Amino acid sequence: MYNPQLDADGNLKHLLTIEGLPKRILNQILDTAETFVGVAERDIKKVPLLRGKTVCNIFFENSTRTRTTFEIAAKRLSADVINLNVGTSSQSKGETILDTVDNLIAMHADMFVVRHAQSGAAHFIAQHVPDNISVINAGDGRHAHPTQGLLDVFTIRRYKPDMHNLRVALVGDVLHSRVARSEIHALTTLGVPEVRVIAPKTLLPTGIEKMGVQVFHDLKAGLKDVDVIMMLRLQNERMNGAMLPSAQEYFKTFGLTQEKLKLAKPDAIVMHPGPMNRGVEIDSSVADGSQSVILPQVTYGIAVRMAVMALLGGGQSAGTAAGGLLGSGFPSSLQSSAGGTA
Amino acid sequence: MQLPNPESLLSDISAKILTQLANPDLAESSALVGIHSGGVWLMQRILSQLKTEIPYGTLDAALYRDDYAQRGLKAEMQPSNIAFNVQDKHIILIDDIFYTGRTTRAAMNELFDYGRPASITLAVLINRGGSQLPIAPQIVGAEILLKPNESLQLSQDTKGKLHLSLETDDVSATDDLKASHV
Repeated sequence: MYNPQLDADGNLKHLLTIEGLPKRILNQILDTAETFVGVAERDIKKVPLLRGKTVCNIFFENSTRTRTTFEIAAKRLSADVINLNVGTSSQSKGETILDTVDNLIAMHADMFVVRHAQSGAAHFIAQHVPDNISVINAGDGRHAHPTQGLLDVFTIRRYKPDMHNLRVALVGDVLHSRVARSEIHALTTLGVPEVRVIAPKTLLPTGIEKMGVQVFHDLKAGLKDVDVIMMLRLQNERMNGAMLPSAQEYFKTFGLTQEKLKLAKPDAIVMHPGPMNRGVEIDSSVADGSQSVILPQVTYGIAVRMAVMALLGGGQSAGTAAGGLLGSGFPSSLQSSAGGTA
Repeated sequence: MQLPNPESLLSDISAKILTQLANPDLAESSALVGIHSGGVWLMQRILSQLKTEIPYGTLDAALYRDDYAQRGLKAEMQPSNIAFNVQDKHIILIDDIFYTGRTTRAAMNELFDYGRPASITLAVLINRGGSQLPIAPQIVGAEILLKPNESLQLSQDTKGKLHLSLETDDVSATDDLKASHV
């Protein structure tokens, strides 16, 4: 089956969604990320892999944290980084997505990191760009956020290496969460035998069982004997209409407290993709407690994003890439007339 | 071709490294660094013969290779692990086969991102000839001149015993075949 994320040799070409990525590729990304964890612990936190390459962070939707982690990852690979908050620039002047992208291609960008409120935006851009450019989806609508999903499974693998013997629970607003979708795909592909989702009916998409998960509407029942608890953020800004009585009411039934955490295995880890709503989905004493790995998630997120960029950025001779760009980017008449003037 | 026994080559370079470490000027500030995978096996064997403790680490150097743009990252990378302070250390860098010198260059570049060593000595089991850079090993088990289409591999069995194998990439034979069709 044609997979736009893989090239003819089966190597990663774009990272758009975890859905449909073979286990081999997921493991390759996670194994490569192990190497980059060490790089961040050195005095000189930089390697020369992407020297001379330009990474463009195109954010049609604001996200300071995600943009910052991609920026740090690219800079630690020695790439030049350009950040575009398109929401506040050209698009508000009426430019289309593809015009924005074409302009960046003309500036010889090598990699795009794309965040957009519309599902499928990164996919759309990936289909448009020439062969030598890679696209990374940094979150598209409710669809996917693959690097977040990967960093979560990377964190799990670091604390619980035996993935084939784990019980993982995702708690909260699954309906609006692209992170949840990416995580479920990653966990099931890597062979985690039991993935649970715990949420009120109004915050679950219909047919979620088809993704191979067990559904719980009671937090206490769902947390019993789990190894990993992944809290999801209550997406206030995505909620149009009253799906919940109130934030306080939500905390009472679905907020993770020390008392409820005791129902999980004693060595269970607590995760959160951030930003946290303390006192809404998670109690402060849990977020800052000994079982919380929320800050290591952030650290590993950089290593995972470095791994993805490093896998996408190599393996193509620079000569061919430049030729391909000129060939597809500019009409030949333009090039020959330029030659004539000289 | 009769290949030398890697175990006796290891004894040779071990003896040379132990002699160097016996120098009181160097002994206190020396460290061993093995390049994955063969260099790490050799380093572990050398460490087991040492009577005193010495700092050591491992390097992959994949993130510093000059063929990344053509080949990308290799499939199986090992994390580098240099837990000691590289600054002002006399480093003995250990690799299995020395060929073009490009791995050594990459490894040295990575090492310098950990600190400024006082010196680097390169120790290899075999120098197969063909250096493309002004880099050469100082401690060598054996010199064997190989053709570009030949590839020498060091492997380690489950008991930790080292083995050498020579593979010939039959480029010339395929060319001959093509020629005969024309």
